[in-house]
Amino acid sequence: MPGADVTLDCLGLFCPMPVLKTREAMKRLGPGQILEMTSDDPASEADMKSWTSRTGNELVEIGRNGAVFRFVIRKAG
Amino acid sequence: MARSSASSSARPASGGAAGAVPRVYLDYAGFSPVDPRVVAVMRPFLEGGVGNPAAPHSLGLEARASLDGARAKVARLVGATPAGVIFTGSATEANNLAVRGAAERARGRHVVTSAVEHISVLNACRDLEKRGWSVSYVGVDADGCVDPQAVARAMRDDTALVSLMAANGEIGTLEPVRAVGRIARERGVPFHVDGVGTVGRVPLAVDDAQIDLLTLSSNDIYGPPGAGALWVRADVKLAPVIVGGGQEGGYRSGTENLPAIVGLGVAADLVRLEGPAEAARLRALRDRLLAGLLDRLPEARVTGARGDGRLPHHASLVVPGVKADAVLLELDLRGIAASSGSACNASTGEPSHVLRAIGCGRDALEGSLCFTLGRWTTAGEIDAVLDALPAVVARLRQLAPR
Repeated sequence: MPGADVTLDCLGLFCPMPVLKTREAMKRLGPGQILEMTSDDPASEADMKSWTSRTGNELVEIGRNGAVFRFVIRKAG
Repeated sequence: MARSSASSSARPASGGAAGAVPRVYLDYAGFSPVDPRVVAVMRPFLEGGVGNPAAPHSLGLEARASLDGARAKVARLVGATPAGVIFTGSATEANNLAVRGAAERARGRHVVTSAVEHISVLNACRDLEKRGWSVSYVGVDADGCVDPQAVARAMRDDTALVSLMAANGEIGTLEPVRAVGRIARERGVPFHVDGVGTVGRVPLAVDDAQIDLLTLSSNDIYGPPGAGALWVRADVKLAPVIVGGGQEGGYRSGTENLPAIVGLGVAADLVRLEGPAEAARLRALRDRLLAGLLDRLPEARVTGARGDGRLPHHASLVVPGVKADAVLLELDLRGIAASSGSACNASTGEPSHVLRAIGCGRDALEGSLCFTLGRWTTAGEIDAVLDALPAVVARLRQLAPR
């Protein structure tokens, strides 16, 4: 897995906050840069899949450790 | 249809802070103006020396009497016992108390709800999931209606709660709470109903629908924002969400917001007396709005159930090929306030969970519009939308041809 340029902690937050915070963080990234976001909202898996497919950013990887999801997202170039 | 007169009370003056309140207001589900008759009763509670309902002096006793008066009025609206009414700061808080409170107090570790609930119920359920409960989100049909038998199938031996909204705020569909209430009661599982949107507009009584926990909102029935209530059946026990001095029977600590609660009580009385006639008036206006829009925009589709299957004050539709955000902006420029039906999705731009659940295509998701009518809606406002929306849609299509 490529190293993340920015990490974002969304633990404890619920929809819509993980999506909103991810969107904000991605704005500060350059094309091709990588964001790693962690969330324990059960809805965030569907939300992030939907958000990345809608925005064209690439959902490189979804990891899961217990209740915690780890999303690796590459900003569209 | 004759231009019907509004209710006996004058329309509240448009707000000072906002300044330019639109002339046509069709976002009552987002926020309702507070009825001036409610404000009149609240005023002395804000301006006068009013005690803390828990205080031992005479002012406290007066405050306690006012609080219990409001409790009785709210209970009467839904055919419930006054002692079961717990005042909260919002319907969201009442939903949290119902879902988390019931689940945490129960032995079972499973909750059944629907895929189209309000975000406050969904996120309370997700919080339970994070902490080891399992939750079944029952799907809906193309109208957004839950099948009671699907709820029955989702129930398990360890189901601690069934939670279902009485009507969906985004697409207006009424849910089969009576049928689900019967099923939950047969299985001995507490039944929570989110009554926001429904209470005061469509008959809903706790014993009739075998409801054990009922959420209602103050502002939704023209009371002040900042108040809500959860009615709890006497034999149902909850774990409190907010702890402190033990107010509201220990279920919701914190000194009661007496002015708002008194306002909620007055609003409950008014809507109990005037709600049926108001619903009939708004239903006629709503039907005219929907029929007129479908006539002028033949490709538009109503979301949610038709006719008596939906909230009487609620119209929602998708217009393929135009973005709801753009339509709402254009309508606003023409002095018309409407919504996309979901504040949450307005902030993320994601397709709403409700429209996803009823299986709308992506195009449709972009074009969902929600008009909610209320106590001061006039036929002239409906005409204004019928005039403006087709022009707005035509303009947007011209700007961005498909």
